[in-house]
Amino acid sequence: MIQLVELTVNGERHELAIEPRRTLVDVLRHDLGLTGTHVGCEHGICGACTVLVDGAPVRACLLFAAQVEGAEIRTVESLAAPDGTLNDLQQCFSEHHGLQCGFCTPGMLMLAEGFLAEEPEPTTEEIREVVASNLCRCTGYQTIVEAIDDCASRRRAAFQQQLDGSRV
Amino acid sequence: MVEPHFRRDGAWVGASVPRREDPRLLAGRGRFVDDITLPGMLHAQFVRSTEAHAELLAVDLDEVRTVPGVVAAYTADDLDLGDITALLDRPPHEFVPTAMPVLARGKVRYVGEPIAIVVAKDPYAAEDGVEAAVVEYAPLQPVVSDTAALAEGAPLVHAEAPRNTLVDVSLFATEGIDDVFAEAHTVVEVRTKTGRQNALPLETRGVVADWDDRDEQLRVQTCSQVPHQVRTVLAKCVGLDEKQVRVTVPDMGGGFGQKCVVGREEIAAAAVALRLRRPVKWIEDRRDALTAAFLAREQRYVVRAAFSADGEILGLDADVVCDMGAYSCYPFTAGIEPLMASAEMPGVYRVPAYRVRGRAVTTNKAPTAPYRGVSRPQYVMVVERVFEKAARALGMDAVELRRRNLITVFPYKGVNNITYDPGSYLESLDLCEKTLRDEGWFSRRDDENGGDRVIGIGFACFSERTGYGSGAFAQRKMQVVPGFDISEITMDLNGTVSVTTGTLSHGQSHETTMAQIVADRLGIAYDRVKIVQGDTDRITYGWGSFASRSITIGGSAVAAASVKLGDQLREIAAHLLAGDPEAAVLEDGGVRVGDRWMSFADIADVAYLKAHLLPKDVGPGLSAIASFDVGGDGTFSNATHGCVVELDPGTGGVEILRYVCVEDCGVAIHPQVVEGQARGGIAQGIAGALFEEVRYDDGGQPLAPSFMEYKVPTAMEIPDVRIEHLETPCAFTENGAKGAGEGGTIGAPAAVLNAVNDALRHTGVELDDTPIPRESIFRALEVAR
Amino acid sequence: MKPAAFEYHRARSVAGAVGLLTELGDDAKIVAGGQSLVAMMNFRLARPEHLVDITHIDGLSGIRREGDTLRIGALTTHRAVEKAELGDFGVLSRAMRWVGHLPIRTRGTVGGSIAHADATAEWCLLAVLLDARIVAEGPAGRREIPAGEFFLGPFTTALEPDELIVELVFPRPAPRAALTEYADRKGDFALVAAAVDVDAGRVVLGGVGPTPVSANFPSGGTSPSRPPVTWADTAAEIAASLELRDEPGISAHYRRGLVRTLVERACEEASRG
Repeated sequence: MIQLVELTVNGERHELAIEPRRTLVDVLRHDLGLTGTHVGCEHGICGACTVLVDGAPVRACLLFAAQVEGAEIRTVESLAAPDGTLNDLQQCFSEHHGLQCGFCTPGMLMLAEGFLAEEPEPTTEEIREVVASNLCRCTGYQTIVEAIDDCASRRRAAFQQQLDGSRV
Repeated sequence: MVEPHFRRDGAWVGASVPRREDPRLLAGRGRFVDDITLPGMLHAQFVRSTEAHAELLAVDLDEVRTVPGVVAAYTADDLDLGDITALLDRPPHEFVPTAMPVLARGKVRYVGEPIAIVVAKDPYAAEDGVEAAVVEYAPLQPVVSDTAALAEGAPLVHAEAPRNTLVDVSLFATEGIDDVFAEAHTVVEVRTKTGRQNALPLETRGVVADWDDRDEQLRVQTCSQVPHQVRTVLAKCVGLDEKQVRVTVPDMGGGFGQKCVVGREEIAAAAVALRLRRPVKWIEDRRDALTAAFLAREQRYVVRAAFSADGEILGLDADVVCDMGAYSCYPFTAGIEPLMASAEMPGVYRVPAYRVRGRAVTTNKAPTAPYRGVSRPQYVMVVERVFEKAARALGMDAVELRRRNLITVFPYKGVNNITYDPGSYLESLDLCEKTLRDEGWFSRRDDENGGDRVIGIGFACFSERTGYGSGAFAQRKMQVVPGFDISEITMDLNGTVSVTTGTLSHGQSHETTMAQIVADRLGIAYDRVKIVQGDTDRITYGWGSFASRSITIGGSAVAAASVKLGDQLREIAAHLLAGDPEAAVLEDGGVRVGDRWMSFADIADVAYLKAHLLPKDVGPGLSAIASFDVGGDGTFSNATHGCVVELDPGTGGVEILRYVCVEDCGVAIHPQVVEGQARGGIAQGIAGALFEEVRYDDGGQPLAPSFMEYKVPTAMEIPDVRIEHLETPCAFTENGAKGAGEGGTIGAPAAVLNAVNDALRHTGVELDDTPIPRESIFRALEVAR
Repeated sequence: MKPAAFEYHRARSVAGAVGLLTELGDDAKIVAGGQSLVAMMNFRLARPEHLVDITHIDGLSGIRREGDTLRIGALTTHRAVEKAELGDFGVLSRAMRWVGHLPIRTRGTVGGSIAHADATAEWCLLAVLLDARIVAEGPAGRREIPAGEFFLGPFTTALEPDELIVELVFPRPAPRAALTEYADRKGDFALVAAAVDVDAGRVVLGGVGPTPVSANFPSGGTSPSRPPVTWADTAAEIAASLELRDEPGISAHYRRGLVRTLVERACEEASRG
């Protein structure tokens, strides 16, 4: 019962011969070696496995890899520059101490990336509600909310600057 | 915010510098145990008991071995491993030793107990294999509560433990205490039952083990807070020398105590790797983590307290029963919770008379391990309830009553034979109350109550012993005494250093904070310090991280080793620069002798590559080793928590409107990390007070096998926390630091419970059990309406 | 927590999916968003031998307004409904914030939720409340099943094993309707959920029976022109009329109290329009 599956992850295409019962998170981690995405509960509650599928944050433990052929999948490995330079969201997490053990972090980052792409001007309460999608056992969540809030402001400021610049 | 390069001596400790751990963890480039893949690796899963209490009649694995992908399957008899046994040096009437077999033999004692191990080519096939096992049980009556365990004629979980009692100690009984109570103006009593909890690291437990023929070693990469203890137990169980076992720990997704004991599964998986000479990985799935991992905190208290008419506490009389589940954990034993509660209960108050009996009972539930705070969240909650009840009985303000009884003169020798080093007990209470008052919460509560809003304010005052040295643990009569820490420091040719620590960060930022300590001692930047942890081959012996010991003991050892290396550097530099070693100072990444300066790299060049230039009595190389142990009774961090809740009369729901924490952990090495520890700890304390409970049905079946039932709070339930720092430096740790890992968890249940009860004040109902049932709140408010 | 083995089938059309269901029989299960099914498969509580993936069928997602009727394709995600501007069907969008969390809503589908038939699920309550018709296609073609007749028991529906939900049809706007819930933790399945349409004078409750429980406002209770004495009275009467039993961890009394509170709150929210 092996099936050929073609996946596009972080812009790269992969052809895999796998059992169809393999979940997306297991395929990402163990067939593609993208171990940045973590497994926390395998029933869709903790969100450690959150990745983007066509831009939307989803639970990679509740999807079979075979289901997402043709979709654009993005994982935490896509965020930092190839030389390791962290992106603005990652930088905000570090500055606000939005991570301790780091296990929930990739899921939190992808959740936030997906959310901010759709809602560039969220209120703190909206951010808090989205952060409630995932579990963190270390931080008490406050600094995660602050990090995302800060990142959203910085992105808005940068966008505004760009607009102002283009007017000149 | 942070200067990236050079800082002068003394500048690093106290600065919230960027964490060394962050870049890899944020980029998804950490290495957790499940990220490790070895060639030819097999995947293990366990056949687990479906019965809470039963004779094991037969375990048939024939079908298992025919499942596609399954490579092997073993029972206890097949593997023939030694048991895991933890001991106390106490007489038989105080402690009954029991063995925990790696795989169940003859009997199962809880649902989820491992019976057989299945290894397969992938985790899916391993689970297919587990399903094919046939286990025949002869069910016995399960013992599913502490009261059932202690009942006359109760079935025995362990034949050797009469009345299912593993530990029964009466550590203190002040002479004449009965008279104190008989003559007291007011006596109050608190009866509390606290729910069983799961420490719940987001990363479940796991291990990768393989036999290496070249090193002749069983290499075990495991998710453990205590790698050396895993080595010791594993070596014994499989019959290897300690040097034939190497335990390393990769990045860890939290532990909180659940991983500071030796797990049966990691031993079994390693034993199979040894037998098959193939790498074996075991990753605990969440269902097993919720039902079969080490749990904690299910305790029952009956506490009476005597007060004088003017509110002076005169005596405390406590009976504590801890439901430790099916087995004693290694190395702490089932005594961990009752001994902690018994030893520490008088806490921050001047209690002149104290009597306590602490018991650990065994039941047919998953066994327990230490969990962040160990009994302190519970007894602090009980004692803080005592003060609330006494205040009501005496017609006094509860905060004022606390003030009257707090220890204010230090060092203070307690009725529990503990000497408390200086802290800010009174100051933290004053500041916490003032903060909430200034923010307007008291007037809001008083103005708005009576309408639809039901607001309450609660406090918790406590101190926690951090940095238990050998002496403190020896007092508990542990046979394994985890006190000291050893650190070894080496400088390389570039003048950068690597430092070992026997402690083990699993989220606490030691790669950063330990480096800050070293950087200050040597006058180099903290990013020129590499911390080496979690490797039994590279670290002489270590006790890992638990009990808020890392910075107090591990940090002190690291500091001491740094000082020794600094002396070496000064001596060599003075020789090379023809100056006086006494006048040599570490400065700017080198040594200054008078008006001349020599970089560490140049000194290292001599120490390694031109040893003939060294002083006569100085050997080649640059390294030093030092150890540290906290003498006496350890050092006490302290805090006051204040919590404001609003209750919803229509649903019984609880919302936390405000949370203030005034904490004192002495010198904070990295204030942002300290705050993170406090906030995360408070979240876990709130979880215990309001949300999380591992429940069982009457047959011993766990009722919370998923996150649907085990309700870990999210960002919607956990409030922002305002943190205020006080600083009472410790006089006998190398940095003046006290532990900061557990305090948040310790204070929160009491603060939340007191706040809820304050909000219920007009109803006459008092709720003393956790997690607080919303139905009880609903009913209390309904009657009042 | 790895699912048992199954064979994967990808349907490209509704007819193709129905054909697969007919061919594979009881051993087949449809997967759409998979937010409930895959979790159950990971626990091995569900173990279909064949999984028919309908997510690649074109034309099954989308929201269409036709006069007073709103048609929602079975593969429409909760998130799509949440983000849609639905005017006098706005209760559907507002109710979506009660459905799990964002990553569940981005993947979970309307049809999947209806087919799963959890008695506290928001879509099940809304469908019954608003007299929705569930459009199912089987070997014999399409049929419409009134929501009131669709839910037969816990996780049990009137759907035949070889039928596929293709669409939900909401036949009338509900400008003054609301849904609210209580759980100890936000995002959880509700202990009690209440959906009300104050114009229709109807409440549908989740968490009080094996299926959504529908009740009309007490006689003389309400119509647009004759508001009730108070919503609290209406709620109290509805709560009192329910047959409830004590269950482990929650008494009938408490559940009744939650019903009273939530119906009142939902009515207040709904009547604000």
